[in-house]
Amino acid sequence: MTKRLTTLLCLCLLLAAPIASADPADLTTAFSLLGERSFTKKAEAIPLIANSGHPRARQLLSALLEGQLKQRKTDGRLVWVEQQGDTEVLLDPLTGAPLAEAEGGQFTRLTINNQMRVQLRNAIADMSLADADPAVRLAAVREMTGELDDERAAALERQLADESSSAVKAAIETALALRQLQSADDATRLAAIQQLGSSLEPQAQLRLTTLVESEESSPAVKRAAQESLRGIEQRKQLAALAETLFFGLSLGSVLVLAAIGLAITFGVMGVINMAHGELMMLGAYTTYVVQQLLPNQIGLSLALSIPAAFVVAGLVGVAIERGVIRFLYGRPLETLLATFGISLVLQQLVRTIFSPLNRTVATPEFMSGTLEINAALSLTLNRLYIFAFCLLVFAALVLVLKRTRLGLQVRAVSQNRAMARAMGVRSEWVDALTFGLGSGIAGVAGVALSQLTNVGPNLGQAYIIDSFMVVVFGGVGNLWGTLIAGLSLGVANKVLEPWAGAVLAKILVLVFIILFIQKRPRGLFPQKGRAVEA
Amino acid sequence: MKMMMRHLKSTALAAVAAVSITAPALSHAADTIKVGVLHSLSGTMAISETTLKDTVLMLVDEQNKKGGLLGKKLEAVVVDPASNWPLFAEKARELISKEKVDVVFGCWTSVSRKSVLPVFEELNSILFYPVQYEGEESSKNVFYTGAAPNQQAVPAVDYLMNDLKVKRWVLAGTDYVYPRTTNKILEAYLKAKGVKDEDIMINYTPFGHSDWQSIVADIKKFGSAGKKTAVVSTINGDANVPFYKELGNQGISAEEIPVVAFSVGEEELSGIDTKPLVGHLAAWNYFMSVDSAANSDFIQSWHKFIKSDERVTNDPMEAHYIGFNMWVKAVEKAGTTDPAAVQEALIGVAVPNLSGGYAAMMPNHHISKPVLIGEIQEDGQFAVVWETPGTVVGDAWSDYLPGSKDLIADWRKPLSCGNYNVKTGKCSGQNF
Repeated sequence: MTKRLTTLLCLCLLLAAPIASADPADLTTAFSLLGERSFTKKAEAIPLIANSGHPRARQLLSALLEGQLKQRKTDGRLVWVEQQGDTEVLLDPLTGAPLAEAEGGQFTRLTINNQMRVQLRNAIADMSLADADPAVRLAAVREMTGELDDERAAALERQLADESSSAVKAAIETALALRQLQSADDATRLAAIQQLGSSLEPQAQLRLTTLVESEESSPAVKRAAQESLRGIEQRKQLAALAETLFFGLSLGSVLVLAAIGLAITFGVMGVINMAHGELMMLGAYTTYVVQQLLPNQIGLSLALSIPAAFVVAGLVGVAIERGVIRFLYGRPLETLLATFGISLVLQQLVRTIFSPLNRTVATPEFMSGTLEINAALSLTLNRLYIFAFCLLVFAALVLVLKRTRLGLQVRAVSQNRAMARAMGVRSEWVDALTFGLGSGIAGVAGVALSQLTNVGPNLGQAYIIDSFMVVVFGGVGNLWGTLIAGLSLGVANKVLEPWAGAVLAKILVLVFIILFIQKRPRGLFPQKGRAVEA
Repeated sequence: MKMMMRHLKSTALAAVAAVSITAPALSHAADTIKVGVLHSLSGTMAISETTLKDTVLMLVDEQNKKGGLLGKKLEAVVVDPASNWPLFAEKARELISKEKVDVVFGCWTSVSRKSVLPVFEELNSILFYPVQYEGEESSKNVFYTGAAPNQQAVPAVDYLMNDLKVKRWVLAGTDYVYPRTTNKILEAYLKAKGVKDEDIMINYTPFGHSDWQSIVADIKKFGSAGKKTAVVSTINGDANVPFYKELGNQGISAEEIPVVAFSVGEEELSGIDTKPLVGHLAAWNYFMSVDSAANSDFIQSWHKFIKSDERVTNDPMEAHYIGFNMWVKAVEKAGTTDPAAVQEALIGVAVPNLSGGYAAMMPNHHISKPVLIGEIQEDGQFAVVWETPGTVVGDAWSDYLPGSKDLIADWRKPLSCGNYNVKTGKCSGQNF
């Protein structure tokens, strides 16, 4: 029985062989072209692979695009290197079967250039229209939108007939309507304009504008196109407004994160801590170290970095308080100088240990990319996460200060030290813990910053001025003031930026704060009652 | 005869006196030739300049292994100006007057160069400046081994215009002298090529700018007008990472809106996650990925010297390599390390560069360089996509700025002038 099956199988293979034989031959030339140094030669391989009809053609093209195709240095053989967990697995590019370890050796990645990337994306889009995954189909249609030739338009129309996903359907209809705008027939054009409506597709506005400006459009078409354009303009303005607000809140959330630790050390304790920025830098470096320890679990390492950074920065904070600041209470100028010195020491320390070069902190997959609301408005995910994180940290801090024993003691000591001591509060101990808490929060802010900017010795310097600005503007000693001040300064900055430019916007905000402090020296939300003079 | 004798005697006496006064310094200087290294090892610029210090140390080391220079050993004197511009001038004076170095390799930012310039001119020493800069300067005492705008910015714009058919331009830069001047030159150049005002967007940001959301959104809007758009970036150092990250996050790919950068090299890329940068461009005169025998030797000895295979090489390192070899050749040619003689001998010296060609020192104290355009790859290296057919000669005074198009620099005798106006036939009194 088995024997017969095997013979049958062999027969089948034999039968199949002649049909398939044309393709591998094609791919050998394609592969040898890919091995060439010149990009023009390499690019010639793309249509060869795309039109080969090889069952794995699409995977091959995406592997080339993703940089998974590598070439062995010794003999130029192409392999497919796939990352599976921690290890790299070598696969045969034609069959996808794993290659033996013995096939190893030194490999270099096949480099491609932008022109090839465009070609590859187009070729992959052409082959992905019938994919089972609607997201892949949608991406394919998007790729084609605005660049339809007859062949592609026909393919899209065929797909439209048996398309199940409504999102893909809408995208195809938009793409086809964009093409019909160029038709010579007025009725088709009008129908296309109707179809586009107030679509936010960037191509739509462009083509409608050319239609309005064109000499040969009939008045009816022009009117309809203008109508459509007005709708688009309105929706775009709304989207721009929402976008500015989001940008502002997200900048604000970074400011709040940076300032909130300072709101404790400066606001509650009255210590001018110039090393606050360096504590954030330590938090960012902690993220880097944790990520080095867990190289393949970026998401997990980021989550672990939050407590780790809190502990590291908090301990350094306690050490600074016990070692330096406690001798300088009530002498703000000396504190300022001493902590400035500490900030320089910490910077150079990091430079010596980690080198002056910036360190790479990877962003986890779930934090990159955008949340697309519509074609004109999409919110970047990392900013969204950091905004949520900022609110979370703020809530946690408010809870600690309002609901825990430590919080009660902190407030007691800051309001009336002598009285608190008389009630049996160990004020020195509370000072150290408060400073540690503020510093720990700075460390946590550093984790968030590591996702946005460079992790290097100068990270802290960039934020120290902004942090003081936010705390002073919000009202020293008031956490809610810090939150409101940070968010509103962020929004103000982003509203000003488009017409004043980044440099001037920053200056304007500073000037505004100077004027504001003249009027209200105690900030937005001044402390009231007896606490003021404490 | 008697007169003569007396004269000789007094000269000899004077010489003896001079020797006895400066004896300690002389006896030290007699057995080594001192090479000054003026790069920040702490502070903001340490990130870029530390590598250059190591490069000079390596070159000195190699020269000593080859038997030194004029029969003497070379000795590197390293000082740390700590990214502090006035300190650069102090340290330069210390190197020349106190340490008696014969040549200085140093500076990165234009402001540090401007700060040391009067010192070098007063004490008539030699500075090799290895970084691409905005031009509009030619000093008798400075040899510019980095690129002038016509060796980096202008060819890059040509590439975008001719090969990528770019029609709209965003000139984005950090707010200081190099981007401002470069963008002024580029703007004039683009307009001369018929680009309209509304197709150019200029944007400046503060140093270390980290919140790029609205600027990137603006670029996206500017780029959606249906014409091919590119960003020409003179954004400096640290601000680049959040900029490229934001581009990636807002879904702008290099195929849609390519960014060509003049300050992003291998060293800068080694500290960041390169995924969002893949496909964006940089224009330099050297890439680590350049395929040449000289380059692979250089990389090998660099790895050996720095004791790490991970370290990258970059364009300013090549500039020091060229500058150092030029100085060695000029000293051999002049037979002395005396700065005045070496300055003269340097003009016309040609040494191999790392991309397989030759670099020659021009009378305007700039050198000839090939211009390469590379696309950033995932491993932080560049793949060269375009290069000038030959080398381009550095132009000290840009031809596209109204104030400088009639100026030339030529330090050969009899002209010996850093800014000679060919229209009025006058050399303005300044040296720079």
